[in-house]
Amino acid sequence: MNILVCLKQTFDTEERITIEDGQISDDGVEFVINPYDEYAVEEAIRLRDEHGGEVTVITVGPDRAEQALRTAMAMGADKGIIVDDEDLEDADEYSIAKVLAAVIDDLEYDIILGGYMAVDDGSAQVGPRLAELLEIPHISTITKLTVDGDKVEVEKDVEGDTETIESKLPILVTAQQGLNEPRYPSLPGIMKAKKKPLEQLDIDDLDLDEDELEGKTKVLETFLPPEKEAGKILEGELEDQVKELVGLLRNEAKVI
Amino acid sequence: MVRTDTEIKQLTTVVRDFVREVVEPVAQTIEQEDLVPEKVTEQAKELGLFGLSIPTEYDGLGLNMTEKCMLLEELGKTHNGFTSLIGAHTGIGTVGIVELGNEEQKRRFLPEMARGERLGAFALSEPEAGSNAANLRTRAERKGDRYILNGMKHFITNGPEADVITVMAVTDPTKGAKGITSFLVEADTPGLSRGPADEKMGLRGSHTCQLFFEDVEVPVENRLGEEGQGYVNALKILANGRASLAARCLGSCEKLLELSMDYAMQRKQFGQPIFENQAVQHMLADTALEIETLRSLLYRVTSLVDQGEKVIKESAAVKLYASEVYNRVADRAVQIFGGMGYMKEFPVERFYRDARITRIYEGTSEIQRNIIAAQLKREYTR
Repeated sequence: MNILVCLKQTFDTEERITIEDGQISDDGVEFVINPYDEYAVEEAIRLRDEHGGEVTVITVGPDRAEQALRTAMAMGADKGIIVDDEDLEDADEYSIAKVLAAVIDDLEYDIILGGYMAVDDGSAQVGPRLAELLEIPHISTITKLTVDGDKVEVEKDVEGDTETIESKLPILVTAQQGLNEPRYPSLPGIMKAKKKPLEQLDIDDLDLDEDELEGKTKVLETFLPPEKEAGKILEGELEDQVKELVGLLRNEAKVI
Repeated sequence: MVRTDTEIKQLTTVVRDFVREVVEPVAQTIEQEDLVPEKVTEQAKELGLFGLSIPTEYDGLGLNMTEKCMLLEELGKTHNGFTSLIGAHTGIGTVGIVELGNEEQKRRFLPEMARGERLGAFALSEPEAGSNAANLRTRAERKGDRYILNGMKHFITNGPEADVITVMAVTDPTKGAKGITSFLVEADTPGLSRGPADEKMGLRGSHTCQLFFEDVEVPVENRLGEEGQGYVNALKILANGRASLAARCLGSCEKLLELSMDYAMQRKQFGQPIFENQAVQHMLADTALEIETLRSLLYRVTSLVDQGEKVIKESAAVKLYASEVYNRVADRAVQIFGGMGYMKEFPVERFYRDARITRIYEGTSEIQRNIIAAQLKREYTR
């Protein structure tokens, strides 16, 4: 079984976000595999161990993103592909999905996995967009996956209940928390990961028109949520407090 | 084997995450039950931690001393009983076979020990032979292709659980230190029995016990090195462990600084965090200073080891310094925590007790000073 995993390197979830010159600064920041993509990597390794075959991890990103692929290979993935995003201007989910589709067009695959969203921009789009471009079915936010022959059965959470969906390979699925418990990359695994094949591609290597890759969205402004201000405690007779509260809600908070 | 910085960083990150996410949450359980949960040791095995000192040819990690110490530093940040379980196995428990074993012995023992399927221990100490290691009573008499061992050992770390024990015994009582030989004794050998686990001041979760040898037959193939080399072997194994122990102490000191800082910034007395008191600041500054000094010394020694330099004086110095710094840092941490530092519900109290043994085992502070002085005498005698 040929298994592909698309992953993204994101800020460690414990990092504090700082903004410099209108952009999020990545100075001194620790990077990790996007936690939802980690579930996808784990599930891919389990599928490979059960059905045989190979796990290929794919990312589009800067040089540092190689680290994320190496970590996935240390967990057990067999090989990696990194597409340098340097030539991508104003890339968004649309652009990334296009690039991934071009890479994957040249590969043989039975199943594609990914996290359902990246914790940095939280847009949850690349997976479904990619499946549409490849013209294969997709199911998002899965919490259980079973493959038997070419039959695929998944479970996903819906409104306090579980939905079971059957489909067929080839398919793209995106992982939700609860799918599995990702393993730690073992120390010998880290040593071996260095020797696993990693293919480095530029946008030029792909059969793509660069102009077609410009993002469809624009970031107008980046800002941190306003700091929480201390609450106001009303004092005095209950009747006066109620009057004051209604006044404040009407004139200050402007909610009534 | 050359490794990149990113690879080393990946290794330390994995160990740090493991410590934070798997060991720390059960630290209190380890303390209360005097047992490291099997789930944790199993995960440590899967991670490859039991093969820290073992070359890659034998399924270990093939780390150099600097890299090994960087990982042990991370392990030092959590429950010292857990750290000691791993440390005794990867240190004195396996290093003898790695450094002194022949090819057949390495093939036979190391891969299983690297995977943690067999646990190692080192048996030198006897009631009459502590710091004076040459005064051993345990005898090994050669009979044909076997040695017959008789005697007893005590304070053997990992003793109750060990599968492969490096044992020092006297083969020729007329030769003193030169009449000692080392053996690899498998724990299921008939005649070997173990006492109950000792009740200790600290290091709960790591167990020590007595070992009794009654006509224990050890095949010649299990002799480690030549006859009469046991004492030198023991000193080599112990010398190798000194930087490793220092690395664990460094990790514990760093954890104590972190705990002390958090507490000092958050605990309020007289209307302000206690950190604002100069007396508290100075304690923390001293701790930070000693940590910086220890780190510099440690990684200077490990880089000398990795360059193949002889480091008898330096490794004694780093073990001595690390253990004494650890005790001072733990003492200050308790002082900063005040009454809370005396309570078992906070880890500071545990570190304070666990710190005490580091000045005693694997060569007391006094013995380390003797070693340093002896080396000085050599250097300055013309």
